[in-house]
Formats: sequence, C-alpha cells, structure tokens
Amino acid sequence: MAGTTATERSGTSRGGGTLYRGDLGMWSWVAHRITGVLTFFFLFAHVLDTALVRVSPDAYDKVIETYKNPIVNLFEVGLVGAVLYHALNGIRVMLVDFWAKGPKYQRQMLWAILAVWVLVMIPGTYFMLVRTVSDMFGGH
Amino acid sequence: MSELILDKPRSPRRPAARRGNGELYSWLFMRISGVALVVLVLGHLFIMNVLDGGVHRINFGFVAGRWASPFWQFWDLAMLWLAQIHGGNGLRTVINDYARKDATRFWLKVLLYASMVLIISLGTYVIFTFDPNITD
Repeated sequence: MAGTTATERSGTSRGGGTLYRGDLGMWSWVAHRITGVLTFFFLFAHVLDTALVRVSPDAYDKVIETYKNPIVNLFEVGLVGAVLYHALNGIRVMLVDFWAKGPKYQRQMLWAILAVWVLVMIPGTYFMLVRTVSDMFGGH
Repeated sequence: MSELILDKPRSPRRPAARRGNGELYSWLFMRISGVALVVLVLGHLFIMNVLDGGVHRINFGFVAGRWASPFWQFWDLAMLWLAQIHGGNGLRTVINDYARKDATRFWLKVLLYASMVLIISLGTYVIFTFDPNITD
C-alpha cells in the first residue's frame, strides 16, 4: 500500500506531532516522557518552596520539614529514580543520534542503562532512607 | 493495484512544507542542555538527597552556607534556566502530540509559557537577592 504511506505523510499532521509505534524502543520512549513530565511538575513546586527563603528562615524550615516526612521521603526515592532513568536514557538517545553504531545497539544500550539504574538505585535508596528509618525505630 | 500518488507536473508547490529551522534548533538544544543537566541535576540530587544524611540536614542555614559561594549560585542558576527551558520544550512537544483542538493546544501552551516565565523569574530573583540575615 504505497498510496497509504504517501497519503499519511502529506496528510493532516498538525503542530509537528511525533507519535510513533515500536516495541521495546517505544516503551523506553514512553517512560522517558512520563519521567520528564513528572520531573517538570515537581520542579514547579520545588522552585516555589525554595523561594520561601526570601520570606523567612522559619517559613522555609517549615516547608522543608515536609521533605523529611517518611512518606515524602519515599516519593523522593521515586523522584531520584525517575530523574536517573531520564538522564541515562537521554544519554542513550544521544548515542543513537550521534554515534554511528548507536541505532544498531539501541536495544543492548537500553538493557545496559537499566542495569546501571539498578546498580545506582540500590545504594542510593539505602542512603536516602537510612536516617528516616533509624529515626522511626529508636534513637535520634 | 496499489498506485503511487504523485503530483502532476507543474502543480504548485504545497505551501508550509518548510517552516524554518526552529524544530532543528529545538532538537539540538535538548541534547546540549541534556548533557549539562545530567551533571547539574544528578550532582544536585546526590548532594541534597544522598550525601551525608541527605534531606535531613537541609534547612535555612544550609542554603545560606551554599549560596555564600558564587560557584553554587551559578550552579543553581544554570540548572534553573536549563531545566525550565529543557522541560518546557519537552512539554511543548507533548502538548503538540496530544492536544486535539487548536484552541486546547493554544491555551495549554499559554499556561506552559506563563509557568516557565513565572518559575524562571522567581528563581532568578531569589538566587540574586538571597539575604542570609533576613531576620536581622
């Protein structure tokens, strides 16, 4: 159906839409989008809370206390995980774009960045939660 | 049975096939800012959330100590601007992909650009006017 392809390409795409369907590469792209959008929304809140240093030390310290809450602390692990995936997959995207053999090894590079993600997140999660957990069960 | 659809000879060129190099520069910016943000943001997250007790040691005094140094002021300023433009450009693409009506697309982008201007302005203002002795 050569006609179909030609019609779609010259058709009604608006505003530079870039939807496409693939297999594993598509899921890495979906995850890249979701982690990117989540991080952007967090950044909006984070600049607002940091701006409280211009109000008073007390106002800033109060809002920062919420970051030390055990539940919020877990969300921070999620945020770091999302940003780390976005960063690693971003490097992979750049290698696909600029490295001659990038497209050939895109699948292996996805497994590689997922392995790096796990290896970084294991100690990362430990150090992010250790103080919270020790505060919850026992001494200060 | 399949037939090739070709323009007739001497048919007028389709307008708006080229709209300048904006999307190319946008694509390139995402990669250049991305490299910088890998260092800036992962460094920020490591210092703030992982190192030496992580988030539990952060308070007004901690911020005052960091922003006493021009190095960290510049770090945070660069991170703020690059992250907002990188993220804003990413959301622009997401809006282009999923908004179905032109009016929806237009108003979502107005909201997006307004939030970017607000956050970049406020963040820049805070970094440049930070006063460690605000209560005195």
